[in-house]
Amino acid sequence: MLKILKYSTYDLLRSRWAYLYLAFFLLFSGGLLYLSGDVSKVVISLMNVILILCPLIATMFGVMYYYNSREFTELLLAQPIRRRTIFWGQYLGLAISLSVSLVIGIGIPFVAYGILHGPEIWNFFTLISNGVLLTFIFSGLAFLIGLKNENKIRGFGLAIVLWLFFAVVYDGLFLLSLILFKEYPLEGFSLAATVLNPIDLSRIMILLKLDISALMGYTGAVFQKFLGTALGMGLSLLTLALWAWLPVWGIQRIAQQKDF
Amino acid sequence: MIEFKNIEKAFGKNEVLQGIDLRFAQTGCISAVLGPNGSGKTTLIKSLLGMVLPDQGSIEVNGQPIRREWAYRNQIDYLPQIARFPENLRVAELLRMIKDIRGGASRDEELIERFGLSPFLDKRLGTLSGGTKQKVNLTLALMYDSPIVILDEPTSGLDPVAMIQLKELIRQEKKRGKMVLITTHIMSFVEEMADEIVFLLEGKIYFRGSVAEIKTQHQAEGLEEAIAGILKGQLSATARTVAEPKSALQSIMSQLQTA
Repeated sequence: MLKILKYSTYDLLRSRWAYLYLAFFLLFSGGLLYLSGDVSKVVISLMNVILILCPLIATMFGVMYYYNSREFTELLLAQPIRRRTIFWGQYLGLAISLSVSLVIGIGIPFVAYGILHGPEIWNFFTLISNGVLLTFIFSGLAFLIGLKNENKIRGFGLAIVLWLFFAVVYDGLFLLSLILFKEYPLEGFSLAATVLNPIDLSRIMILLKLDISALMGYTGAVFQKFLGTALGMGLSLLTLALWAWLPVWGIQRIAQQKDF
Repeated sequence: MIEFKNIEKAFGKNEVLQGIDLRFAQTGCISAVLGPNGSGKTTLIKSLLGMVLPDQGSIEVNGQPIRREWAYRNQIDYLPQIARFPENLRVAELLRMIKDIRGGASRDEELIERFGLSPFLDKRLGTLSGGTKQKVNLTLALMYDSPIVILDEPTSGLDPVAMIQLKELIRQEKKRGKMVLITTHIMSFVEEMADEIVFLLEGKIYFRGSVAEIKTQHQAEGLEEAIAGILKGQLSATARTVAEPKSALQSIMSQLQTA
């Protein structure tokens, strides 16, 4: 698997998309740090960008890469290699190269700013690790979409719908249901609904880490009470891990049964 | 040894293979798998490589069932029908990559020389002509000296010089005791090269035997006519049943009445 991983990473790092992605994060985080100078505020601004952008780029780039490397995949399938090795290798190559762009792009400006010696290091670390986790989750889901759909247009359409759903529609439905059922106690429901969406879960985890949950009013207090406990934190980490594991498992399952 | 046991495969409603029982046991033998378009040749070969998973039946290579296995592919050289490569790679890079991934001894230099590929090694695969791509395809497929060689349409796009090279290569492999499986639509190629013919029709084995047998059986001069005869016979047979539905129905009704 390492060899497949090596070649797909190499292939991706050669394409200019990876550099564009890197350059964007370099400029954006560098610019924010330069302009505001307050690391906490920059982390919050970056959080909003990462929570939207990482899933978007990972899903779109994921399906694009899957369809583009179909020829290579067909070539490999006739070789004495396990099927899951091929697909896991390609998926990891994609997720790792996107994560590298993210970590370097945000890391360099922050390190240059002196984050390593400041008290904000853990906030920064939470931000980066959530970004990486989201990249893994969504590029895996994109691979699943590619494997399930031979038709490129359909695959791209589904990828956009997937991202829209988790980034935008889900929150809309969530808020709508909160308003509709405001007569009832909704703490349990809102906790569950948040935990089930990886983007929301990441957002809450970062906000809590930043200790600005007071800004979120009553709900913030509920979350603080839940996620502040070892059980809550464990549960949400477990859910994120489950989200990251789900595509890997799905890729293996579908790859096992698919005809090429 | 390759053995197909009662292989069935359907893509949706299209039943491509309908119970194939086949056994290739003889080494140093060239078998041609023939059949009209859509008769299931490529599906049969892809299922041997584990790229297509049969709905029914099992395939064994050297006595081992291949389902969910992968190491047996070390014993197979496979030439895919349509050469599809990553467009932005160079020929040399592709060869190096496959060698790195697969490991072990390879004889790519000999094949590059045989097909005259050295001027193209630095070219990107996307810019190559169809024939040159096929030569790259052949080099990739045959550079591992495996006991089983499967060639799906090896002649497509080749110029006469390359064709002669290919024939020579296949004969050489035969002499070295390999089991060679070829699919093609060029009958002169089959007549010249093949020791036996497996004729697929609508997902079933219609005929298996030597070239001479098929010719005498269908009283034809050449193989091409014999095959055309089979296909025409098949067509008129289906036509007959559809052409006279009324009389067929009447005869069935009269049979029912007497019964």
